[in-house]
Amino acid sequence: MISASNLTKYYGDFRAVNNISFSINEGEITGLLGPNGAGKTTTLRMLTCYLKPTQGTILIDNVKTSENPLKVKELIGYLPESAPIYGDMIVYDYLLYAASLRGITDSEKKIAEIALLCGIREVMHKNISELSKGYKQRVGLAHAMLHDPKILILDEPTSGLDPNQIIEIRRLIKEIGKRKTVILSTHILSEVEATCDRVIIINNGNIAADDYTANLHSSSARQNRIIVKITGADYGALSRTLASIDGAGPVEELHGGALTGASVAVSAGKDIRPDIFNAVKENGWTLYEMALEQQSLESIFRQLTTGGENHES
Amino acid sequence: MSHREAAVIMKRELRAYFTSPVAYIVIALFLVFNGFFFFKDFFYFRQAEMRSFFQRLPLFFAVFVPALTMRLFSEEKHSGSIEILLTMPVTTYDAVIGKFLAGSVFAALSLAPTLLYMITVIFVGSPDPGPLLGGYIGALFLGASYAAIGVCVSSSTKNQVTAFIIALAVNLTLWLMSNVTVFLPSKLRFLEYFGIDFHFQNIAKGLIDFRDLVYFLSIIVIAVIAAVKIIDERKK
Ligand SMILES: Nc1ncnc2c1ncn2[C@@H]1O[C@H](COP(=O)(O)OP(=O)(O)OP(=O)(O)O)[C@@H](O)[C@H]1O
Ligand SMILES: [Mg+2]
Repeated sequence: MISASNLTKYYGDFRAVNNISFSINEGEITGLLGPNGAGKTTTLRMLTCYLKPTQGTILIDNVKTSENPLKVKELIGYLPESAPIYGDMIVYDYLLYAASLRGITDSEKKIAEIALLCGIREVMHKNISELSKGYKQRVGLAHAMLHDPKILILDEPTSGLDPNQIIEIRRLIKEIGKRKTVILSTHILSEVEATCDRVIIINNGNIAADDYTANLHSSSARQNRIIVKITGADYGALSRTLASIDGAGPVEELHGGALTGASVAVSAGKDIRPDIFNAVKENGWTLYEMALEQQSLESIFRQLTTGGENHES
Repeated sequence: MSHREAAVIMKRELRAYFTSPVAYIVIALFLVFNGFFFFKDFFYFRQAEMRSFFQRLPLFFAVFVPALTMRLFSEEKHSGSIEILLTMPVTTYDAVIGKFLAGSVFAALSLAPTLLYMITVIFVGSPDPGPLLGGYIGALFLGASYAAIGVCVSSSTKNQVTAFIIALAVNLTLWLMSNVTVFLPSKLRFLEYFGIDFHFQNIAKGLIDFRDLVYFLSIIVIAVIAAVKIIDERKK
């Protein structure tokens, strides 16, 4: 449905997007995840023909953006970052304007349907400049979906919303995503976990990971940690013992409390807790606590986007 | 480019004019100024004529039209709404022409109340219809040319005040070219032909000459193309 190959974007001398390629299948909800300044908005703007890639090609439903931008723009519904919609109109007029610009014929019926779906019926006759941020976002979403596009591109659709509205909008996106191909950008990881089938993590203009959200959880590259707290030995002795166990990774000291604490890295899928238990017993120490700490997506994200080890996808 | 999209954009912009107080204030000022001069001549000199109105118009419009056109793109760039506009299935030409037409139509509409002067003049005197008709036709071209310049400048900045000042400067330069050449050596007199006042006054005499129309149309075409280029520059 969407295929981008070797996309590069320079702003002057600054390279905002660096030779990225990805392809997105029909009917998937894909999250473009990355910290501020990663290049998410730039990437989405290239997909929506707002910016021209410095290099690379984009195919949207087999149409090249460089060859037929009008056709591409018809296929896409786009909600730009912070929904910059005209403040000088009332919601209904705005949607009517968008409908006539897109040549939608039964616009009144369409607007009524979309208003219901996006929950904006009660603000239809309000001035857009007077709307709360959440409602403005919804109007932007309604605008993006008005022409029933095959592809929906949403740049930070939930930023600045209150928790209730975030849940509402996510539910809405999931609902829409059953029938459409959706790309949304965000820097909130839980958003991706909650809404997306697939995640592309982007950092400094590079793709750091591209996988289905389900796989990311069980990926064997991930590292878990085991927390061990004992008495009867100092950290030095404990860490030597732990490090000598087969399958153990680097050991770190845990400070605080009267107990001697250490955390040892293990690869996911490998459980060395029985070995640790035996080692503690053999040494005559007293085990107070042992816990397996699964690495959260949160920390994978941090690891991928703060120049951690795993830079390639 | 398509007529429908440009027309939809034009309608939206015209609507925006009528919902914003700024446009009314600008029109009111325009009328007050012109009314002052018109009725001063009328009562003081006992003259009922529109010649002096049309003589002042190139200078008045040079100030007035940029005040109308300054927001057309600058506001969109400032608020970011231009991103929505240009990611709808419209070409940059549609957007520029729609906005240019809105500015021109609004400038033309602002002339409507001055028809009152014309009626006064017709009742009180026995004016020659040629200059009246020529004056209004010229005024439409004049307004459209300034509007095209205003849209072009507005497309280059987020700041409406900057857009106003630059468009004003361009308009005044065009105006001055017709009016300062008397001070220039005769070799430079040809510059007069680049002046907007020169061509407007030709039409306002009641002689509609192909060359004067070509002058105005060239300004419009150049400004529209330049605006499209400026807007598409951001894509790079
Ligand atoms: N028009 C521009 N001119 C110059 N640099 C730009 C421009 N737009 C973006 N950049 C730079 O490109 C980089 C990527 O920006 P982009 O807006 O794509 O990031 P983002 O991932 O959307 O960030 P955020 O989460 O803050 O929205 C940033 O360093 C930004 O400063
Ligand atoms: Mg962004």
